[in-house]
Amino acid sequence: MQTKRMTFPGRFLPYALLAPQVIVTLIFFIWPAGQALYQSLLREDAFGLRTTFVGLENFARLFRDGAYLNSLSVTVVFAVGTTLLSMSVALLLASTVNRMIRSRSTYTTLLVWPYAIAPAIAGVLWWFIFNPSIGIVPYILDMVGYRWNHRTSGADAMTLVILAAAWKQISYNFLFFLAGLQSIPQSLIEAAAIDGASPMKRFWTIVFPLLTPTTFFLMVVNVVYAMFDTFGIIHATTQGGPAQATNTLVYKVYADGFVGLNLGSSAAQSVILMAIVVALTVVQFRFIERRVNY
Amino acid sequence: MVENRPWANFFAHLTLMIGVAVVVFPVYVALVASTQAPGDLLRGTLPMLPGAHGIENFTRMWQSGVSNAGAPPAGMMLWNSFVMAMAITVGKLSISLLSAFAIVYFRFRFRMFFFWLIFITLMLPVEVRIIPTFQVVADLNMLNSFAGLSIPLIASATATFLFRQFFMTIPEEMLEAARVDGAGPLKFFKDILMPLSVTNIAALFVIMFIYGWNQYLWPLLITTDPDYYTIVMGIQRMTSEENPQWHLIMAAVVMAALPPVLVILFMQRLFVKGLTETEK
Repeated sequence: MQTKRMTFPGRFLPYALLAPQVIVTLIFFIWPAGQALYQSLLREDAFGLRTTFVGLENFARLFRDGAYLNSLSVTVVFAVGTTLLSMSVALLLASTVNRMIRSRSTYTTLLVWPYAIAPAIAGVLWWFIFNPSIGIVPYILDMVGYRWNHRTSGADAMTLVILAAAWKQISYNFLFFLAGLQSIPQSLIEAAAIDGASPMKRFWTIVFPLLTPTTFFLMVVNVVYAMFDTFGIIHATTQGGPAQATNTLVYKVYADGFVGLNLGSSAAQSVILMAIVVALTVVQFRFIERRVNY
Repeated sequence: MVENRPWANFFAHLTLMIGVAVVVFPVYVALVASTQAPGDLLRGTLPMLPGAHGIENFTRMWQSGVSNAGAPPAGMMLWNSFVMAMAITVGKLSISLLSAFAIVYFRFRFRMFFFWLIFITLMLPVEVRIIPTFQVVADLNMLNSFAGLSIPLIASATATFLFRQFFMTIPEEMLEAARVDGAGPLKFFKDILMPLSVTNIAALFVIMFIYGWNQYLWPLLITTDPDYYTIVMGIQRMTSEENPQWHLIMAAVVMAALPPVLVILFMQRLFVKGLTETEK
């Protein structure tokens, strides 16, 4: 890794400058991560009196545990649903805004602010709209003959958390899609128009393929978001229920550790999650390198 | 625009207006709900037009909160959120400016080692290692304190990377000229690097402030004393009650959402810059 050609001399100063960040990192990142790794190999008995070394037993148990496998599939459904919904709405809005000339910045402003809303608050907002007794949407659904109840129906609860998570992420995807669209040379689109391609055809054969790098990048970011940043949405609304229907992996780490007090299992889950984050980060970085050369 | 199609334009505006309406709808509902009298939200469906009790609800929430639901006055929770968000923002910016400066402008032993040490933190969101981090903070006696709320969240590889990238684009001549004039490293940092970085600092400030303000799980775990509740987690305490008082909850929701939304609306350019650069 390069530095400047010319650098400052200094024997202690660089270490002093790095010290604050390195100390915080060691105490609050490296040490807890090491603890999670270590605890994932231990098991405490029911009273917390004796800890025994059990090797990879915690991991083996997890993959035999129906609740954990259920949580894995819940997470996949949730991440795919959130990513698809949020990205397709954002792409539709971004490509429409991109047609506008005078009103572009107004629409942009009106669409970006939900980024600022905390996931937990987004959850509460949608929870309120869909509240079975006083919410507006169940009232409308009731008129068409559907009885909405996210307290008893797992599918309803999943729909609710996906809506809340996707709603909050639209603004982010929108901004990146808009930036991607603006970097597509106008001449390509004009040439296709002269050849008689309709707007739909132009979009699918020229614009969409050229947006692929942005789309891939956003897919990774959205999956990471859905897996890790949506804890607040789940916790503030369904709390993983009904009957584990929205118990995502991140929520389960918390629930098993703090509520269930099963430290070994929770630590093993943490370790698996860390592995997933690392894998996703690697994918993201490798992909970005390619994006530069695009 | 390639061709002029009046109908297409009409549909484009229609699509966008529906999109904006969908995006605004939840917040509109919250605003309406926060202006209703207590009984109005128990009577079947929610009214779609604002009621007359807005000022009353907001004042009540601001001054006294919903104490039986374990939620202190919103004024205090907002202040706590503000202190936490500012501490996280300022902390993150200062430690990453310093370490990026060290990594770019010095050659020293273990430079790569430290760089990777910082890089690794990019991969470990707090939710993933929540229990051991909680144990560390509990051992350090930092539960129920602003230090505990902010310090564990200030290590940020993102900001360090961004500043490193930016410092690399500063012309070599700046440093050469400064050294010829006899400036030491700290003087160079203060009088040349900092003024050049102002826009980047401001853009990151916006992103980090929103990040800090919206923290949820961490404050939820480490504060048991209502004096340290932040607004985002305080709302959850109110909704998990048996008979949630929605008119007051929604007043609190509006108050919790307003500061970061205003930051985005008034600093939109910096926000977009910060967002696109931190994610690259």
